[in-house]
Formats: sequence, C-alpha cells, structure tokens
Amino acid sequence: MKRALITTLLLPFVAFATGMLLVSLLLPNVALAAGTEFALVIRDHHFVPAEIAIPSRTKVRLVVENQDATPEEFDSFSLNREKVIAGRSTATIYIGPLAPGRYPFSGEFNSDSAQGVIVAQ
Amino acid sequence: MFATAIIVFREVLEASLIIGILAAATRNVPNSRRWLIAGLLAGLAGSGLVAAFTDVIGSLASGVGQEIFNSIVLGIAVLMLAWHNIWMSSHGAALAASAKSTGKNISSGTSECSILLVIVGLAVLREGSETVLFLYGIAASNGGGQNAMLLGGVIGMLAGIAVGYMLYAGLLRVPLRWFFTATGILVLLLAAGMASQAAHFLIQADLLPSLAAPLWDTSAVLPESGLPGMLLHSLIGYDSRPAGMQIVFYLTALVSIFIGMKLVARPRQSSTRK
Repeated sequence: MKRALITTLLLPFVAFATGMLLVSLLLPNVALAAGTEFALVIRDHHFVPAEIAIPSRTKVRLVVENQDATPEEFDSFSLNREKVIAGRSTATIYIGPLAPGRYPFSGEFNSDSAQGVIVAQ
Repeated sequence: MFATAIIVFREVLEASLIIGILAAATRNVPNSRRWLIAGLLAGLAGSGLVAAFTDVIGSLASGVGQEIFNSIVLGIAVLMLAWHNIWMSSHGAALAASAKSTGKNISSGTSECSILLVIVGLAVLREGSETVLFLYGIAASNGGGQNAMLLGGVIGMLAGIAVGYMLYAGLLRVPLRWFFTATGILVLLLAAGMASQAAHFLIQADLLPSLAAPLWDTSAVLPESGLPGMLLHSLIGYDSRPAGMQIVFYLTALVSIFIGMKLVARPRQSSTRK
C-alpha cells in the first residue's frame, strides 16, 4: 500500500510540473495588435482606473497588478471571467472580442470597494 | 458574513459532492474509506501549498499559469474518473455480489483506491486553495467585521459538507439493482463537467478557440449563482453561458468514457443457457 500511496501522490505532481514546464517553454508570447493591452491596478481594495475604455470586437489583454498585500479575485459575470490574483503579483486576463457596451467587474474578496467597468466602444 | 458564507459554500460544495458520490460508489471496495480520507488530507495540505505559491503559478506562462494549472488538475481528474468508471464496470458486479470482498479483490482494489486518493486530493486542492486564499485575505486585512466574515466562512464550509453528506446518504438508499448505474452515471457526468470546465480555463487563457461564445444563455432562468444552479454546475457541469468548445469537450468526455465502460463490462452470466 505504501508504494501505491507514494506513486499516486507523485504522479499528479509530476504530471503537473511537466505540463506547466512544457507549456511555459513552448507557449509563444501571444502577439496582439498594438493598443490592445491594458493595465489595471488593485490598490487599497480598489480598482485603478475604475473605468477602462477598450476597442470593441477586439481581443484584449488585461494585465492586472495587485499592489495590495492580500489576494483578490477579479470577477465579472458579463465578461465571464474569474481569476484569483495573489497579493503583490500580476496576472493576465484575456477578454473579448466584445460587442460595444458596459461590462462591470468586481473584486469578489472586497466587493464593497473593488468595483470597475470595462467600456467597449 | 452572508457573502462570505456563500463564497466558501460554493467552493466546498464542489469537492464535497465529488467525495459524497465516490464514497457511496466505493462503499464495498475494501479500505476505500481510508484512501478517501487520505486523499482529503493530502488535498488540504496541497491546497495550502498552492495558495502559498499562487503568485508563482499565476505568473508562469505569460500570466496565464493559473488557468493552465487548473486545466491540468481538471484533466487529470477526468482521466482518473474515467478510469474509476471503467474499473467499476468490470468489477462492479463482483463487488455487488459479495458485500465483504476478500482475497483477489484486494489487489485490484488497491489500484482503484489510489485513484480515489488522487481524485479527492485534486478536488480538495482545487477548491481548497481558493478558499484558503480568500480566508487568508480576510484574516490579514485591517478592515473591521473579520470575526463575522470568518464565522460566515465556517458556516459556508459546514453547509457545503452537509450537502455532500446528504448526497452520500441518499445514494446509499438507492436499491442495489440501480445503485451502480446511478453512481456510474453521476461519475460520468462529473467527468464530463470537469472536461467542460478545463476547456473554459483554456479558452480564458487564449489557448483554445471558443467556437461561439456563448452557445446559449440561460442565466435568466437558471443562474449559476442560485442554489439549483450551483448544484447542477457541480453535479452535471451545467454552465449558463457555455462556449461551443466547452460542449465539444463535454460530449467527447461523455461519449469516450461511456464507450470505455461498455467495452469492459462483463456480460451478465445467465443461470440458464439454452
């Protein structure tokens, strides 16, 4: 039983590590057209800026930097995106192509203060 | 406090339903209980680790490391669930026949049991790491109302565990004739739902095309934020606004596992042969 235990604990870890390594090394940096990367900052449980204008019908890369010490979850029903971002780290979220309109998002861990909206125009 | 309870409830529910179904499905497999608990503990330890390394994982692969991690974890879980169902298809009848399994069943039981450990461990790891991060954020923040929020978290956790237990207890009441079919179908849908979720993460990471997103929108009639939506999401992989590619993954997993199960199922021995 001991050998089976060790193997089954190791197997997923090895699979994950190999997978992550392969993808990280082989994944080319996604090339997006100029003007399609936008920065969002989480500071004091607020999104800065609270409103971001992006081009509609275009795939956009949102780079979210969490400057707070605690983790936050970028959560948007209308964008269909949900992602946890650790404290003092940055994450990438791809959104779009979006039809013109307003797409609100919030920080699920601090929803009273962390609110924002993406405006596709 | 209510908001916190709901967030934690949702995370715990997913893992708890999986554990409930597998605990019921393997009740006659020797030592399965021990392995399930071992998986639970390993998953809890793992979720602490993952929570601690969220920033490292997240920054891998040009910032979409978390999506890749989630889809790998889900992918492994799908394979393990498929293996479980295929194993049960060939051994299930023998297990039903002998309530206390001894001898030759034990060795094949060990491979099945180690699958249980992996599935449960991964489920707890996935859901647990988000919960750990969330609760850590509350505990570390300077705002007021922390005790109420942490209490909400505990309530959500207990509620999630309770629902999983109810599913387990309910399944045990299913008459033996239908029991293996019922648990087999539930596990099949679990696997398909996870495949769909994995596709969702890969689409979010821009590694898969979405193929018509969303394919349908039933969020007005059956939102995932309500209790029935949550249960359907965890049990059958319901998504109120799925991408076309998610449906492709769902159906592919469903069909291939089903075929696998049928291929290995031993034909019933009829007592009277013509």
